[in-house]
Amino acid sequence: MKRARRISARRLLAFAIGDAQADRVVPPSGFTARLTVLAAAAMAFLAVFALALSLATGRLANRWSEALTGTATIRITAPEDQIEAQTAAVLRLLETTPGIGQARLIGRDEQAALLSPWFGPDLPLDSLPLPVLIEITEAGAGYDATGLRARLAGEAPGAVLDDHSRWRAPLVSAARRLRALGWASMLLIAATTALIITLATSAALAANAQVIRVLRLIGAQDAYIAGAFVRRYTARAFTGALAGTVLGAVVVALLPARDTAGAAGEFLTGLGFTGTDWLLLPLIPLLAALVAFAATRTTSLATLKERS
Amino acid sequence: MIELQDVTYGYGGTALLAGISLRLAQGSFHFLTGPSGAGKTTLIKLCYGELIAGQGRVSLFGQDAASMSRDEIALARRRIGVVHQDCQFLDHLTVAENVALPVVVSGRPSQQIERDLEDLLGWVGLAAHRDALPPELSGGERQRAALARAVIMSPEVILADEPTGNIDWEMSLRLLTLLVELNRMGKTVLIATHDLNLIRQAKKQVAARVLRIANRQLLAAGAEL
Repeated sequence: MKRARRISARRLLAFAIGDAQADRVVPPSGFTARLTVLAAAAMAFLAVFALALSLATGRLANRWSEALTGTATIRITAPEDQIEAQTAAVLRLLETTPGIGQARLIGRDEQAALLSPWFGPDLPLDSLPLPVLIEITEAGAGYDATGLRARLAGEAPGAVLDDHSRWRAPLVSAARRLRALGWASMLLIAATTALIITLATSAALAANAQVIRVLRLIGAQDAYIAGAFVRRYTARAFTGALAGTVLGAVVVALLPARDTAGAAGEFLTGLGFTGTDWLLLPLIPLLAALVAFAATRTTSLATLKERS
Repeated sequence: MIELQDVTYGYGGTALLAGISLRLAQGSFHFLTGPSGAGKTTLIKLCYGELIAGQGRVSLFGQDAASMSRDEIALARRRIGVVHQDCQFLDHLTVAENVALPVVVSGRPSQQIERDLEDLLGWVGLAAHRDALPPELSGGERQRAALARAVIMSPEVILADEPTGNIDWEMSLRLLTLLVELNRMGKTVLIATHDLNLIRQAKKQVAARVLRIANRQLLAAGAEL
């Protein structure tokens, strides 16, 4: 097993270093070379954005989930002459409820601030029948929502507990779907890269039929002939993908930061990399090279077998 | 070394060669003659595993070619030097690189055979053309370069298919002399040609067996040769 690993490592090293003489066997082909490098660069550029989308939506899902978890709101809607009594009853009840860390009455000014993005700053709150809102924060293992609802129904009939689950679930679900879409895009990009490399390899093999004939005549084995094409296309895919990744990373880095775009732009401008996310970028050219290696080797060996 | 036993081969259901038997023993010299389209090239290709016999058995160094893998055939070809009339080269490589190609393909670093390469190019009279590209060579020079490439791995058998087809008589004699020299070194040589004068000339220098393909059969040539 150890011996097998050593041989594989040596073969990998030999492949990476290459054989200058063997690589010269296949004549340089300007058009397909440029096409492959360009396609790999474009795919890598798109992959950077797909990766950024996946990571950003993952962060978004976590942020939304964290922001809405651990807090709840009690909304009290009651006739004007009962509202104060019910509010006081709810606050008393919350003080004695296990798992409630803090209960805070949301004042009129704060309510106005929450509504102003939708109705403007000049909203006449006094003329509106706004409910009383109490924000509660969980403590420890949290509270028993079912028990709390039952107690609220008994002591303050106008109070409704909103634990945010009906908001949180679809938002988190949407964010997770976006993340899945990002990963699916990455897979599609990899598949498209493989397809482009396969087509380019097929074209190169067809264009170099004479070279293959000569190599076979002098005793070249399939692996040797395939290797000359595999090394070339792997190197091209890596080079193109490296350039595309660098360009994509620069563009992502130049996107407006979340804190400078304001609240309205927060969703869109959250697209980007933070912290260790950047370490994932070098994987894109490596994966592109791996995809190119697999695609070229499979295509070359299959074509050589067909032509034998 | 190479042996054909009762071999039949055809294209599109029509037999070109039928019941052919041939044994290329070590150090032997053979001429294969016959009219164009008689099957000389086909027989040569059967001898190095390019074609696989429809019936009968082709043995390459003791192994049945029909049961050999592509890689095994490739390894067998390293023991056979082939020279074709159209001398296929890689036109983007120099003459020296083309001649050294079998060594590179076999996995040996070509630097190790630099001296052999020099000697070989000198032997075929191409030392001055080592850095030329194949399209820059004349027909005779190309044939000699092809011969140099065919022998650089010191093969046991040399198969030459119409090697003098595109060159003048003087150059043909020069090439023949090189092939006779190789035979004297112990190499087995089979030359397919329709040039009877070349065969007559060769028989003055070497004990060659002359075979003729006619009506899909391989026959010993007549007394005129």
